[in-house]
Amino acid sequence: MTVIQVMLLLFVGGVLAWLSERWHSNWPKWIALITCLLSGVLLLPLYSQEPAIVISLAGAPSNWIEYSQTSWIPRFGISFIFALDGLSLMMVSLTVFLGFVAILSSWTEISDQPGFFQFNLLWTLAGVVGVFTSLDLFLFFFFWEVMLIPMYFLIAIWGHEKRAYAAMKFFIFTQFSGLLMLVAILTLVLVNANQTGQITFNYFELAGHDLGSGLSLIVMLGFFIAFVVKLPAFPVHPWLPDAHTQAPTAASVLLAGILLKTGAYGLIRFTVPLFPEASIEIAELAMLLGAISILYGAVLAFAQTDFKRLVAYSSVSHMGFVLVGVYAFDAIAMQGAVMQMVAHGFSTAALFMMAGAIQHRIHTRDMTQMGGLWQAMPKMGAVALFFIVASLGMPGLGNFIGEFLVLLGAFKVNMTITAIAALGLITGAIYSLIAMQRVFQGSDDHQRELSDLDGREFTALIPLMLGLLWLGVYPQPVFDLVNPVLASIQQVLAGAGSQLIGSMP
Amino acid sequence: MINFLPLLPLMVLTGVILTLMMAIAFMRNLALSCGVSVIGLALTLGSIIWVNLNLEPAYVTPLLKVDDFGLLFSGIMVISALFISLLAYSYHKQRGEQQDEFFLLLLLATLGAVTLCLSVHFASFVLGLELLGISIYALISYPNQGQFSLESGLKYLILSGVSSAFILFGAGLLYAVSGTLSFADFAASGIGSTDSSKLFMLIGSAMMLAGIGFKLSLVPFHMWTPDVYEGAPAPVAGFLATISKGAVFAALMRFFLAADGYQYESIMTGLYWIAGLSMILGNILALLQSSIKRLLAYSSIAQFGYLMVAFIAVSELAGKHLAIEGAVFFLIAYFITTIGAFGVVTIMSDKAEDHDLDNLDAYEGLFWQRPLLAAFMSIMLLSLAGIPLTAGFIGKFYIVASGVESQLWYLLAVVVIGSGIGLFYYLRVIYAMTKKGLASSEVSIPVTSSWTMAAVTLLLLILGVYPAPVIEWVSNMALQLI
Repeated sequence: MTVIQVMLLLFVGGVLAWLSERWHSNWPKWIALITCLLSGVLLLPLYSQEPAIVISLAGAPSNWIEYSQTSWIPRFGISFIFALDGLSLMMVSLTVFLGFVAILSSWTEISDQPGFFQFNLLWTLAGVVGVFTSLDLFLFFFFWEVMLIPMYFLIAIWGHEKRAYAAMKFFIFTQFSGLLMLVAILTLVLVNANQTGQITFNYFELAGHDLGSGLSLIVMLGFFIAFVVKLPAFPVHPWLPDAHTQAPTAASVLLAGILLKTGAYGLIRFTVPLFPEASIEIAELAMLLGAISILYGAVLAFAQTDFKRLVAYSSVSHMGFVLVGVYAFDAIAMQGAVMQMVAHGFSTAALFMMAGAIQHRIHTRDMTQMGGLWQAMPKMGAVALFFIVASLGMPGLGNFIGEFLVLLGAFKVNMTITAIAALGLITGAIYSLIAMQRVFQGSDDHQRELSDLDGREFTALIPLMLGLLWLGVYPQPVFDLVNPVLASIQQVLAGAGSQLIGSMP
Repeated sequence: MINFLPLLPLMVLTGVILTLMMAIAFMRNLALSCGVSVIGLALTLGSIIWVNLNLEPAYVTPLLKVDDFGLLFSGIMVISALFISLLAYSYHKQRGEQQDEFFLLLLLATLGAVTLCLSVHFASFVLGLELLGISIYALISYPNQGQFSLESGLKYLILSGVSSAFILFGAGLLYAVSGTLSFADFAASGIGSTDSSKLFMLIGSAMMLAGIGFKLSLVPFHMWTPDVYEGAPAPVAGFLATISKGAVFAALMRFFLAADGYQYESIMTGLYWIAGLSMILGNILALLQSSIKRLLAYSSIAQFGYLMVAFIAVSELAGKHLAIEGAVFFLIAYFITTIGAFGVVTIMSDKAEDHDLDNLDAYEGLFWQRPLLAAFMSIMLLSLAGIPLTAGFIGKFYIVASGVESQLWYLLAVVVIGSGIGLFYYLRVIYAMTKKGLASSEVSIPVTSSWTMAAVTLLLLILGVYPAPVIEWVSNMALQLI
């Protein structure tokens, strides 16, 4: 079972990296890098499988790329269920890849306790891989919480000035909403147990189970809130700007690149298929929240002077598209949402890496202190321009495909909200270009002598550029990969929708 | 002819106490005293296991019942006492002569706790309670330097005396209407059927609840807790937070199950409020403490609030099994965690002369000075916060599950809010430990303490990652009770 191997590799690699610190302070980062590379290699053979047309979400699992089940706590019917479909595979690959980028981006930044740093980094990755692959609700919740602790340490120990506040806020927001999810999970499981006489946390056995409309709405909200906090959407986003800004570069890359995606993944994997009727009921509200997030994030991003904070608020804006796409319940919009997850992971990770690289060189994130950096670092300027236009949705790059498909799909469903959301493309262009202008254009008052991007940074950035280009020009493989799971969700929704219509007088 | 064989654990423990007393009389030696008590406790544990495996559950006289429930709790008490003794060794080694009686008192208190776990009758209940309480007065004020411990010893003495009086008066009132002191006969005596007997019953049980609430330091009977924990030596504070509370809880649970206290609505309403307030106030008051011991004291108030949620959940027939199981598992997790947390304070205080090193400032940068100790502390705090990989997570899972099964939605909301607040102060300690800037001064941990802490931490992680065997075991025990 490849996924388990990858997870074990990351866990063990983390411990090794920590231990190796005793011998040489350079070993931890090499061990971490090799661990990530090996994990990537392990994942490659999985792509050779022919994707299925549709996979089963309820009943017996069929057509999954990988599936394994081992009993864990039989008293509650809890087992280790690790399953991999196209969506999971893509997210796991993204995790490992961005892990690689994160390690490279912090190559020279971390001087004290490098072993513990890499340990936390790899354990975060392992936790996220667990989130993306576990299909037992207890196991899922377990990983959902496990990934928080190493991330907390990354922010609290190696973060910037206000790290204590940021780390605390991050942890409390996620943990608190997580507890709501725990209550929701247990309600779902125990109500199901009372009806069927068998207690189980198995996703496949719980999916397609009807709780009755009133209860299922409340239980669904438990999941929804937890995922939306993580996503994050207005109004539960306040943890994000602080956490992203205060975190060290590597942690910002991971936060923006993959931790936010766990929220989106949760919506697609759990909230919608487990509670299709209730999801349809709140669909409009969720889309509206998404549209508000898009505009709100964009407006606030525009007002920032801190480069990292700007990128952080732009994440709120971009992830709003995901929320709109998922809750449009349209095949095209959902494809767009998934595409946006991947593309945003690439572009934002790169932007945070740029922010880190600039801060490493001029020791500030304040954009009023910048300007004219292009003269000092032309290569960095060019690369930054690439990622900024990617992030504002330039055709030919991945983000465009994502946002365009979301709007295209959502337009048929709700014209007003889509129109509001579409404004995000304009506002996105404004704040992105302003940022570019403030940081790289103009004249440099400080006349700094700065070293340009070096080989290590290019090693991390070039794959990201190529990835965005590939997603923008030839996105079909991604669609093929995630199509089975999205098609099966469409089926579930169609069933629920017809029931809803059928029940109307 | 009564078969006294099931009482073997109590007899072994008494024998150990006598042996230790003799040993101290002949030779004062801390290592010897500690060794005798540790070996003695291990023997007691062995006898508990032997009795559990070989003998049928049985009443021994009407006072005590040796069954799985009692033996399980006795086992937990004895293991905890064993860990606390081991941790106390190096603590006392630094503190001059005449430390041997500490272990004697510890064993006596444990004997009281085990008696409580096995009691099914008010006579044995009060006997155990007083044996436990009186040993604890002496334990709290054991250090002969410093007025702090004397003050808290006195405080505990007075308040505990009052609460015992409440319990006795309450038991007396219940006896007046039912004519029995045995837990099980209460249910059969049909009290509360007439108006006057109902009044007696209510007043009596309210007084008992007040007394027990004091022992469990539940809001609003919690005022003494932070002061006493702060003043008591760290190992004793650990003892107070675990064994002393746990044994009373075991007795309370047995009483409620046998006498079916759950049928009285007014009592349940009272418990409902007590649980809710304990969670809220415990967590809020812990927020701004600068002393770790006080922080742990308030956190233990909140944790017992969580425990009471499972206790109340037992009232619903559908959730009975799950709730009993949950309460017991939560208590096990809480025991391990609390002993671990106070263990770290104990080790930190090894060198301190007349007071314990429990100020938060003393823990700043601990991660870089004594990484192992800081790691132990972080794991304990994360477990108290209910984060996965630790036993505390499974405990919290159980609390929420039993709340959901018995549909205690308001209490569940309080659990969620309380845990959210709780995170703040647990993380505050962890953050303080990760602060940088202090020069690294490697101080080694004494061998006994480090191995004990390693064992406690390992137990915690095993229970968090692979709890299935313990769950099976506790679940089977709970099935026998209903």
